[in-house]
Amino acid sequence: MDLLKKYLGILWMLLGIVAGYYLIVSQAIPQFKSDNPEDLVPAIVYTFVLMPIISGGLLIFGWFAWKGEYDDEGL
Amino acid sequence: MNENDTSVSRKPGELWKVIGASSLGTLIEWYDFYIFGSLAVIISTKFFPSDNPTAAFLSTLATFAAGFVVRPFGALFFGRLGDIIGRKYTFLTTLLVMGLSTVAIGLIPEYKTIGFVAPILVLILRLLQGLALGGEYGGAATYVSEHAEPHRRGERTSWIQTTASFGLFISLAVILLTRNAMSNEAFLEWGWRVPFLISIFMVIVSYFIRRNMDESPLFKKIKTEGKLSSNPLKESFGNRYNLKFVLLALFGAAMGQGVVFYTGQFYTLSFLQRVCNIDFDQTNYIVGIAIFLGTGMFIFFGWLSDKVGRKVIMMSGMLLAILTYRPIYDKLYQIADVDQKKEITAKGYTSEKTEPVLDGDFGANEAKILTRYRFYADGTQLADVRKEYLDPQTGNTVYTSESLSVKLTKDNMSLMVLLIFLQVLYVTMVYGPIAAFLVEMFPVKIRYTSMSLPYHIGNGIFGGLMPTVATYLVARAQTANELAAERGEQLPFDKPYLEGLWYPIIITGVSFLIGVLYISNKKRIDV
Repeated sequence: MDLLKKYLGILWMLLGIVAGYYLIVSQAIPQFKSDNPEDLVPAIVYTFVLMPIISGGLLIFGWFAWKGEYDDEGL
Repeated sequence: MNENDTSVSRKPGELWKVIGASSLGTLIEWYDFYIFGSLAVIISTKFFPSDNPTAAFLSTLATFAAGFVVRPFGALFFGRLGDIIGRKYTFLTTLLVMGLSTVAIGLIPEYKTIGFVAPILVLILRLLQGLALGGEYGGAATYVSEHAEPHRRGERTSWIQTTASFGLFISLAVILLTRNAMSNEAFLEWGWRVPFLISIFMVIVSYFIRRNMDESPLFKKIKTEGKLSSNPLKESFGNRYNLKFVLLALFGAAMGQGVVFYTGQFYTLSFLQRVCNIDFDQTNYIVGIAIFLGTGMFIFFGWLSDKVGRKVIMMSGMLLAILTYRPIYDKLYQIADVDQKKEITAKGYTSEKTEPVLDGDFGANEAKILTRYRFYADGTQLADVRKEYLDPQTGNTVYTSESLSVKLTKDNMSLMVLLIFLQVLYVTMVYGPIAAFLVEMFPVKIRYTSMSLPYHIGNGIFGGLMPTVATYLVARAQTANELAAERGEQLPFDKPYLEGLWYPIIITGVSFLIGVLYISNKKRIDV
């Protein structure tokens, strides 16, 4: 089980990267470029709130899992 | 004695006062938070005129920022205070901030009277509401759990979990009573302020009840021993050992819980109204009854989590949600879909009337309303409403809107109540034990800070985004189908109305996987 948790750490890190790419490239950048001022709010939220929390959180969580921080003995 | 010692003396009956005072305050905070949302349409006409781009921008900011972005910041700010100066004074402060902001919103003059000052004031007060909500829950959960018997922590804290549902109930009931107590014109003119203003009475009562309560015994103990944290933020998130638990609490529990909660209690409401076109009053009755029937289950699953562990119940709730959301929503859609019903054409008729409109909508002062009523063999009714807004000078149509309203039979309504009750059941499974679960993850000296942040990110951000993302996914699938139909191609989505469910299914799926693999089901008696 500990080995599975460790290797799934890579998946969580990849998920963090995918989430970051989606939030910035697919969502925030088109809205920053939009002429509609209302689009600016979600673009800022995606870039400065959601991306660091979701993407950064998953990257750190995945890294901890990869390093064995969540092994049964560690908890 | 060390900080993990839970040998705290408790007087009989005192615990119920603690639970009552904490739950009542949290209930009022939810009430205050919900009435803004429930009256959002009226508020937007009073403070955020849609024909003014700056006001519309401020409106978007108020929706986004207070709805979910500010809550985690409130969790950090008040969580830190709660770990330094105490739980009691902190959640007294959040109660006052929330209550006074609510009353103040009810007192702000309209945009037409004071111009841009009005939307800016509303925005500031809405941000304060979001901050206060972010600080409230962690305080109440920590306060109750630190008074509770260690083997009944799940049951005791589950009372706080019921407040989110009851807060919604009370807000809808107060709005409904206010509307029924006056004419529609009076409600639209000034009556909408009443639900905001009466919050002051509830806040005063709750403040005095809370003020007379003692500080949490565990907090007092570590304070006496000089073991308080001098920098709870640094210890919670800068310390690798604690940070890994914060992340685990977020991704393995709060994220899935938040999404299941928002799907069961908010998206379902939006789905019935916007996708199934169910009559507004019927929708509120259906969802209201289902939530009411399910509320007691918070206590049951909180109690059960004391017996069998928190993890097994929360993960079961998530799994059931993942497996059954699509069939449940498909059935909801089928029940309301008049295309599958046999129409009794002889009973159908059309009505026409002209009515004044609110605040000169679309530059008109009255609208011609054409309603075509259709009737179906199973008793379902459909009102196809077309509104033509008329220019006051020329009498020409300046804007046209169309809407559908389906009225169900009692049998079909009951079936919908059952389907939504199932979702509420999942909500109670994931939400009932979570306060105890989060409390047990963190030590007393950083508990308020450490548990508040994952909870509010899970609920405020992952959960709060749910209705917006799901509605977007449904609209995108419907547009793709329409474009394909125009080109004569095969439709890419078989059931576009179910596309919005991918968001809760995927997010809950990730949370379930992390929770099952990484979270322990061990009972943690000493905290």
